[in-house]
Amino acid sequence: MAAVVVPPPPAPRRRTPSTWVRRGGLTTLLFLLPLLLVFGVFSWAPIAQSVVMSFQQTNLVGPVRFVGLDNFAQVLGDPLLWTAVGNTLWFAVLALVFGYPIPLVAAVLISEVRARRGLFSALAYLPVVVPPVVAVLLWKFFYDASPSGVFNTVLGWAGLGPWQWLQNPGSAMPALVLEATWAAAGGTVIIYLAALAGVPAEQYEAAEIDGAGIWRKIWHVTLPRLRGVLLVTFILQIIGTAQVFLEPFLFTGGGPANSTMTVLLLIYDYAFASSLGGDYGAATALSIMLAAVLAVLSALYLRVTKSWSAS
Amino acid sequence: MKSHRARVAAALVLPLALTACGATPDEVTADGKVVLTVAMDAGLEAKAVEAFNARVAQFEQANPDIDVKPQEYTWTAATFTAQLAGGTVPDVLTVPFTDGRGLIERGQIADISGQVAALPYASSLNPAVAKAGQAADGKQWAVPIAAYGQALHYNRTLFTQAGLDPDKPPATWAAIRSAARQITERTGQAGYAQMTQGNTGGWILTTLDYAFGGRTEKVDGEKAEATIDTPEMTEVLSALRAMRWDDNSMGANFLYDWAGINQDFAAGRIGMYVSGGGNYGNLLTQNGLKPADYGVAALPLADKPEAGVLGGGTLAVVSPNAGDRGKNAAVKWIDFYYMGKLTAQDAAVADAKTLAETKQPVGVPALPVVDRATYDKQQEWVRQYVNVPLGQMKPYTDAMFDQPLVTEPTKSTQEVYKILDTTVQKLLTDRGADIAALLKAADAEAQHTIGRG
Repeated sequence: MAAVVVPPPPAPRRRTPSTWVRRGGLTTLLFLLPLLLVFGVFSWAPIAQSVVMSFQQTNLVGPVRFVGLDNFAQVLGDPLLWTAVGNTLWFAVLALVFGYPIPLVAAVLISEVRARRGLFSALAYLPVVVPPVVAVLLWKFFYDASPSGVFNTVLGWAGLGPWQWLQNPGSAMPALVLEATWAAAGGTVIIYLAALAGVPAEQYEAAEIDGAGIWRKIWHVTLPRLRGVLLVTFILQIIGTAQVFLEPFLFTGGGPANSTMTVLLLIYDYAFASSLGGDYGAATALSIMLAAVLAVLSALYLRVTKSWSAS
Repeated sequence: MKSHRARVAAALVLPLALTACGATPDEVTADGKVVLTVAMDAGLEAKAVEAFNARVAQFEQANPDIDVKPQEYTWTAATFTAQLAGGTVPDVLTVPFTDGRGLIERGQIADISGQVAALPYASSLNPAVAKAGQAADGKQWAVPIAAYGQALHYNRTLFTQAGLDPDKPPATWAAIRSAARQITERTGQAGYAQMTQGNTGGWILTTLDYAFGGRTEKVDGEKAEATIDTPEMTEVLSALRAMRWDDNSMGANFLYDWAGINQDFAAGRIGMYVSGGGNYGNLLTQNGLKPADYGVAALPLADKPEAGVLGGGTLAVVSPNAGDRGKNAAVKWIDFYYMGKLTAQDAAVADAKTLAETKQPVGVPALPVVDRATYDKQQEWVRQYVNVPLGQMKPYTDAMFDQPLVTEPTKSTQEVYKILDTTVQKLLTDRGADIAALLKAADAEAQHTIGRG
């Protein structure tokens, strides 16, 4: 820490409404108002409302009853919650093991390619352009468990299968991760490519002069330069996987036998699957708990990695 | 500084206040007419919309104090309450039998029993069907407008290819098993498939339980008991296990919901499956079924006095947001639009004619909502417009009136179905699943749910 002499800040002048207006405060507020309204109506108000609802028993039509912490107790006592937490963690682990390194490897490879780099980037990004629901419907055909399914036909050529893919409690979750990785990798690849473009070419040249091969260049030049981006994508991936919903909802509905029931799908089920008004109290209680856990996790992560990210 | 904070606080709170606005009951036009929004099936053909609007005009002529506004709406359980709270549900809508009792218990539909009692056919509603729209005290809160019993749908082409006689579908569960095995062996397609997802697994498992003579709950006044862990349900699961794991005749998809199984059946990938007797309409119009492929038979029942067919159907209900004038107008509309085609010749003929002209099926098997005599008369009125292969439906239509109809469980229906989804999924995807343990767990969970509900 260098010793820098900081001049003391000037003593704050008393701010009256008139000085506030004179300094353009009104204009600022005017410009801010549309944003405040939009965020207020569509983001903050629902969040505030859901916090209130987590302490209520309501079907949105009949009278509302405050039940204290009952909803939280009910959710924590639901054996399905722990199945969902376990499954979500399993999804997160699989997504980290497969989904985290793949975009990085792809980005490094693409950045190493001299010709047609744009084409490869576009190809890597293509799955992100496909609407998620369409992608899932497409993969449903791939995962068709009958011998005539796309993947099973390919496996059949090698004398393997047919595999059960989504129809087996053991393989359903890895199958979802595979599709999710395919669908999401492109976005991360682009982020890494952008970060890679910022690595000064001289550093590679210096490493080459020192006799470094491709792996040593990646290890000693690329990865240290990407550290900041890698740490951010890591926490974003954790938050994203903790909120996985689309894949289990569309592929399996949480089945077979709850083997792909995730926390977010459970929240959805509390609120909507039982029809007739569902249990909005339990659904919001679990949402609040999930948000709290993720917030704490993010704060801890940022604190722990603060020193790492300074390159 | 303080005033600055206050302004920011006001800016934050204002949106909260704005979202707290509500709806008012019984909208009235400038000339004093009560406005009635009525559900019109979403995605209708232009001609069908035209026919609907023509009926609206007729109704308004006969009822000058009512202004009817059609609204495209198809009921879905997941969005219903949110739409109800948001005031975007039409005043008159239709819901499946499954949810009737739950909606009544939770006060999510209006009590129109007074108005319904005044209808001329109120006392002649088919009692087995009327029950689905009644509160615990017997008051008719919802009007049944269509009814069906579960049936065994089968693919005649696959039957022929497998060397089975399509005119003699299986009449026992043992025969279903052997037919399924034969279909899979000779055609490579699923001999028998079953829904397992989105609460339909529980719906069909309950259907089979009824067919084997069981019931999934026992209701005694206010007290209800889950009766899932029974010899009948054990028999059902054993039969399914034999088809799945011994014969491998249930295909490769064990995550079917209603739409998915209909799609695969219409595509010729399934030999037999259990669903509502009136399913032909969806198979034909939504899934491109070839009429020549289609066959439907009565669900085989065990030789026990309690064995019966699970019934289902559609109820016309009124939004709880409607006031007294709105409720009166709503019941008039239900009587005119939904019940008219079942009880009055002109309306029945006009409806059948429109359906036939727009290539919608006419004559799909259905159970009587009112008494049998009225039903027979109605069938006679529309006979010339019938465009479905009635001969191929004979194995079902010959037996459907003789099979005892049993209503769905009334306590926490969907929740218990959901629990049974897991049971049937586990059975079909885990070779080592222990039936006794599965049923014990499902029974305990259902008991807990019913107790809470």
